[in-house]
Amino acid sequence: MAKDDIRDRETVTPADVLGGPTRRRGLTDFMPRKSGKLLAGLVLVVGTLLFAFLGPLFTQNPRNSDNPALLPPGSDGHVLGTTSLGRDVLAQLAHGAQGSIMVGLVAGAIALVLSLIFGILAGYVGGWTDEGLSAFTSVMLVLPGLPLIIVLASFAQQSDALQFMSRSLWLVAIILGLTAWPGAAIVLRSQARSLRVRDYVAASRVAGEKPHWIIGVEILPNLLPLLAAQFIGAVILAIMNEAGLAYLGLGPSGSITWGTMLNEAQTGAALTRGAWWWFVPPGLMIALFGCGLSLINFSIDEVVNPKLRTAPAAVKSVRKAAKAVAEDEKKVEA
Amino acid sequence: MSSTREPEREPVVTRAPGGTPVLTPVLTAKNVSIEYEVTPVVHAVKDVSLTLHRGEILGLAGESGCGKTTFAYGLNKLLKPPALMRSGEITFHDKNGEDIDVVGLDGERLRAFRWDKISMVFQGAMNSLNPVISVKAQLYDIFSTHRPGMSTKEKKAASEELLRTVGVDPARLGSYAHEFSGGMRQRVMIAMALALRPQVMIMDEPTTALDVVVQRGILREIMRLREQFDFAVVFITHDLPMLLEISDRIAVMRAGEIVELDSAENIYTNPQHEYTRKLLSSFPSLTGDRGAFVRTGEQSGEVA
Amino acid sequence: MSVLEVKDLVKDFTVRKGLKRSKLRAVNDVSFTLEPGKTIALVGESGSGKSTVARMIAKLETPSSGEILLDGVPSATRGRGLDGYRHDVQMVFQDPFASLNPFHSIEHHLERPLKLHKRAKGRGELEGQIHALLERVNLTPAEVMAKRRPHELSGGQRQRVAIARALAPGARFLVADEPVSMLDVSIRLGVLNLLARLQREENLGVLYITHDLATARHFSDEILVMFRGTIVERGPSDEVILDPQHEYTKLLLSASPDPGNQGRLRDEVRAELAASAAGGTVQDPGRDRFGTAGL
Repeated sequence: MAKDDIRDRETVTPADVLGGPTRRRGLTDFMPRKSGKLLAGLVLVVGTLLFAFLGPLFTQNPRNSDNPALLPPGSDGHVLGTTSLGRDVLAQLAHGAQGSIMVGLVAGAIALVLSLIFGILAGYVGGWTDEGLSAFTSVMLVLPGLPLIIVLASFAQQSDALQFMSRSLWLVAIILGLTAWPGAAIVLRSQARSLRVRDYVAASRVAGEKPHWIIGVEILPNLLPLLAAQFIGAVILAIMNEAGLAYLGLGPSGSITWGTMLNEAQTGAALTRGAWWWFVPPGLMIALFGCGLSLINFSIDEVVNPKLRTAPAAVKSVRKAAKAVAEDEKKVEA
Repeated sequence: MSSTREPEREPVVTRAPGGTPVLTPVLTAKNVSIEYEVTPVVHAVKDVSLTLHRGEILGLAGESGCGKTTFAYGLNKLLKPPALMRSGEITFHDKNGEDIDVVGLDGERLRAFRWDKISMVFQGAMNSLNPVISVKAQLYDIFSTHRPGMSTKEKKAASEELLRTVGVDPARLGSYAHEFSGGMRQRVMIAMALALRPQVMIMDEPTTALDVVVQRGILREIMRLREQFDFAVVFITHDLPMLLEISDRIAVMRAGEIVELDSAENIYTNPQHEYTRKLLSSFPSLTGDRGAFVRTGEQSGEVA
Repeated sequence: MSVLEVKDLVKDFTVRKGLKRSKLRAVNDVSFTLEPGKTIALVGESGSGKSTVARMIAKLETPSSGEILLDGVPSATRGRGLDGYRHDVQMVFQDPFASLNPFHSIEHHLERPLKLHKRAKGRGELEGQIHALLERVNLTPAEVMAKRRPHELSGGQRQRVAIARALAPGARFLVADEPVSMLDVSIRLGVLNLLARLQREENLGVLYITHDLATARHFSDEILVMFRGTIVERGPSDEVILDPQHEYTKLLLSASPDPGNQGRLRDEVRAELAASAAGGTVQDPGRDRFGTAGL
């Protein structure tokens, strides 16, 4: 058991003062620190969200094909031009943002719930429950992701039972969610196993707390940064995978996402026609939104792993001391 | 050239006929101040002066964060930034009569000095053995670095002799750290510190993690080796009763300062500083009378 | 008269080494009776099984065999019976840095047991009880302390919170597993004295688990010495310490530092060396009776 806390020690070494991995933890430590990384990430993500939810108010119907086909950007009030079917790219982009983000959030939420069930439950309960749940998790983990998604998606298209939601945005989101959880579950399981044997969990048991309370109130809050990071990771993955599926023609039909835009651009031979304004914007949006979410995730990572956070400060104070030594030596020489 | 092959060193402490040793200093620290250059700056050691005599066991007692480990690191020039020695002199008085300014050492001379003249047993030393290298390789490494002329055969003989000295079966020379128990690892660490027959050994909480019976065995070993090889020991711990048993003199440290420095006997029977008295009163006597302070349910010690 | 009785307690752990499974007996046939107002010290080195006894009494481990009787009735291991048992038997953990949840305030740590054991009704009464508990363990001003988080307190203060939490359900028996070994030396006696005062005020039965013979002697009425899962010696604390019968107790005693022993070790070593120099060997065969020389 890692009992390595600066306050337990009889003496303080440089690493302690710098607050390596053993720094004190308080509630404020659960919040990401303000940094350039976090700020840039927030700007990108909030910007994309605003665009997704306010954009459609100012654009025309994305399915309106009354416009001239393949107008270049800027012409005739079409800021990003039109597609070969005469649809406004900006309008498609804004509606596609909604679609993609919805897929991401729904899939992320499903993955989160599943990883909680398979990870925390397995880790906390232990025994045969753990063996069973982890075995299943491991099997899911080694199944190759994208092929599985493709198989599931094409199966769902054929299936009569799933006809009612056939190829809807929701179906794609659910499939993506169902395949995105095993990695997170394995991390959560090991975390839960380590937290389970902490004295404060034992103390709660002695106080008479029930298991569901211990998991929900004593263990989960300490995992919040990790859960947040995993959720964001799942959202990024789902948006990317949706784009991949849609590009292969297995995306949601009847809805617009960045992925379906790319697919249409592909089938409409945008590349050979030189209609870059058709496929560059959705590609760029996916990249920027993913980048923004990743930047936020890096900031959360620093909370989960304090080593990352204190590293710059440690380097700085070491440099400061080294400088002071050099100055002293200069003084001696002079 | 290789002092390890000397059967035994001549005792350096000359004892007067009455049995009282004539004290010759081996390590002098003068007005040492050490800071941690973090924000805000931590003054870990404030203007500490200390003289260590040949063959003496000097106890350094204090609680968490009082600066005792930082000071010990400073004595051996082991401080790394952000720790910074702001002022002070540390002089090592070699047995050949040469005085070495420890603070001024650097590069090759510092490397040659460390371990050869002053060695260290670190806090939690049980875990400072390299887990992927055998004990043999780690001992050989010391000899190759400091006694480049030694042949493999000589190294083997010297290493086996060392293990025998600290009470470890020499047949286990090829073992790895995880194959030893905690107490045995600690003995191996002491063997490594002894390897070059240093004149000073700094021991930082060498027995804190061990059970009392094992601890006693190791203390006994240290005392015995001290009698044999006559090195001086700076023994750092928070366990004052243990220091009272083994030390010749004790320095009590608090908040970076030595508040009292006296013979073990005087510290026990006639403590001058209030903090010394407080520390002493923190340890009820094992076999003596039940003190009035014990189990009265009255508040003593820390309040809130 | 209420008593907590431990009867023939045994705990085996299964040790898996590769495919081989073997049994390790951590606790072997331990019995004692804890009475209100009395303190029993369970003394032993690491690995002696003393903490396992504590965890079994706190119902964190299930005994392999044997019984824990509360007021003569075998105690439950689940359900409502267990809730009732926890109402009477509480535990203070060794490491105050680990036993408080870093996420929650001090208030939360005391509020939960008060609520679970229905000690207070309504917000006002609850708060009053929390403050009263904090004052009883000398954490004042209580209103300020209640709002703090564990990382804002020192080790001693944290351990006081842990003691307050153990008292919150209105426990009659307290298991204190090395309650001061992680604290700075100068505050240890303060915490032990606090425990002693609370014990007297509430007429608590305390099981004090420790490796420190000196505090065991001064803070308990009876001492049980444990070695490799078995109790090798038991008796009134002064008798055990001043007139030990079992070899292991003697060994422990001779190894424990005592401030009054200054220089004794040095003189012994010198005498030994002098004797061996004179040609005699001073290998005391009795010294390694318990296989500790190899540790």
